[in-house]
Amino acid sequence: MQFRLEKRPKPSQAALYLAPALSVLLTMLVGALLFSALGYDGIGAVLEIFTRPITNPLKWQDLGVKAAPLIIIAVGLSIAYRANVWNIGAEGQYVAGALGGTAVVLLTMKMQGPWILPTMLVCGVLAGMALAAIPAFLKTRFEVNEILTTLMLNYAIVQLLYYLLRTSWKDPMAFGFPRTSLFTASQSLPYLWPGTILHWGVPIALTVAMIAFFVMGRSVFGFQVRVVGSAPNAARHGGFSANGTVWLVMLVSGGLAGLAGVLEAAGPFRQLVPAFPTGYGFTAIIVAFLGRLNPFGCVIAGLVLAISYVGGEVAQTTLGLPSAATGIFQGMLLFFLLAGDVFVRYRIRSTSARVAGGAT
Amino acid sequence: MTPEFLVAIVFAIVLVATPILLAGLGELVVEKAGVLNLGVEGMMLIGAVTGFAVTSLSGSPYLGVLAAAVAGALVSMIFAVLTLTLSANQVATGLALTIFGGGFSALAGKAFLGKTVVAFTQLFPTELATHPIWRVIFGYSPLVYFSLFMCAAIAWFLRRTRAGLILRAVGENDLSAHSIGYSVIGVRYMAVAFGGAMAGVAGSMFSLVLTPIWAEGLTAGRGWIALALVVFSAWKPFRLLLGAYIFGAVMTLEVHAKAAGGVFSALPSEFWAALPYLATIIVLVVISLRRSSSGAPACLGRPFIPPA
Repeated sequence: MQFRLEKRPKPSQAALYLAPALSVLLTMLVGALLFSALGYDGIGAVLEIFTRPITNPLKWQDLGVKAAPLIIIAVGLSIAYRANVWNIGAEGQYVAGALGGTAVVLLTMKMQGPWILPTMLVCGVLAGMALAAIPAFLKTRFEVNEILTTLMLNYAIVQLLYYLLRTSWKDPMAFGFPRTSLFTASQSLPYLWPGTILHWGVPIALTVAMIAFFVMGRSVFGFQVRVVGSAPNAARHGGFSANGTVWLVMLVSGGLAGLAGVLEAAGPFRQLVPAFPTGYGFTAIIVAFLGRLNPFGCVIAGLVLAISYVGGEVAQTTLGLPSAATGIFQGMLLFFLLAGDVFVRYRIRSTSARVAGGAT
Repeated sequence: MTPEFLVAIVFAIVLVATPILLAGLGELVVEKAGVLNLGVEGMMLIGAVTGFAVTSLSGSPYLGVLAAAVAGALVSMIFAVLTLTLSANQVATGLALTIFGGGFSALAGKAFLGKTVVAFTQLFPTELATHPIWRVIFGYSPLVYFSLFMCAAIAWFLRRTRAGLILRAVGENDLSAHSIGYSVIGVRYMAVAFGGAMAGVAGSMFSLVLTPIWAEGLTAGRGWIALALVVFSAWKPFRLLLGAYIFGAVMTLEVHAKAAGGVFSALPSEFWAALPYLATIIVLVVISLRRSSSGAPACLGRPFIPPA
């Protein structure tokens, strides 16, 4: 049967919120089939990955720790994507943030005091912003596509990390291993409660989401971002500068990715190692989309993706799945979500006279 | 520098350049049809694991490369259905394809970890390639000659054939192409499938020629370099060939920097590893400075919805 897409007069609110939920369900279903086809216990793998982190209270802390950086990065990215600025360099900006924070660490190794950690956080944010400023400058000054520049910088900054760890930042006591010294107590993120692994990054992530929610909904900046992204011509007539918006959203998204990076370095890692970049910056892109480019949506989506990470680790030990297999679920989740999104903006009409399945 | 060392360098450059040339040629055709598929890296990984698996099971690398092409084309159809039929965002869908391809190849390739296949190295008999000079011409894997052939074939197809003209029209002005009666979506489906097949073959070059083993993520971001290369080439096949060899030379420096001496060994190896990515950014700036025309197809990345 032939069909075509017809634009809805208004985006469907029902489809907007139904799409993520359906996507998660479909991902589990198709994931089970795919794993079975590859010779694994498909249903077992899906149950292990998606339910074990929820049913086992010991894993709840892990969820918080994994979700925090995803939420912080995704909130920044959703602001950029709202403005139609495609920053896919969050992974690099996250590494830059960790480098900025660690620079402070190495300068304050012999010092103590409550001022050190805040200084680290500020330097991490600034480093993330600095890396994001390069594509912002190239886009506004030379009209260079930001997708390619942000992406290329991801790879370049990781080489800088490797170089520093191999040379001047290497801990002389590390038996030649490329890693920094362990951070001291005043350089590390405190735990929320003794005996848990929950650190201050978790409440910071929730605060970031809350602030972003009000800024995007209630401020001129939020209005500007949305207008420039959805109606560039109207924005120009309204006096909003397109270049100014590019700068703002790149600095905000780069700064937040940098914050996530320095929090991760000062929290779970407490030192810099070559394995520091773990792909949070890429996964956060899925979180931003799954969260409907909405800060509160990002919190929920961040938890869902954290489940897939923690569950993936569980399945790695119990079922012997490779860690990269989580990527299958993450990729499929985004596939289903993007397919579902079509029904937010369009409805399906058959090209014959009858209307087919166009629920509003 | 001895002649042997120079030959070794040329040889290394050609081997490193060929996969990005293959993948870049595929993506060039896709983008000429007005579609931006950022999933090259994912399709390459799926091609790499499929090529390795089929070669390891059948013993024939030709069968392996063919299977890699088919696998690349098949997985690119996920992208095609989402972006062309359902007009989903091409940037996000391409990223999803890359993440998915990384995960899928890791899972499918787990059974083949640690195995080796006979490397798919020489097309011509070894007697032809004994002398260093002859080795530079006759000493490569069949995939190297295939990439050169495809470069010429695609240049000819785009400039001299009717089908090539239609493909370019679809990328430059989809609405006009549609109103004349060409199927914009149909042409784009074919272009995406071709791009997927070429990325699959490019991936198989990693697992069958460069290192005849399978390892997770062994394409190491080269799919992204291929994407940058297409922009670098201003969407021209022969300039893509030149670009691939320049990039190949830079990437070879990373490995041979120490042996080359002089300025090459003075700078850290990480600098040479980062150079292809930084060079791409510089090239993008240079292209935009010459403002005349970057050569980008006018409809690149825009979804096409047939008017009622």
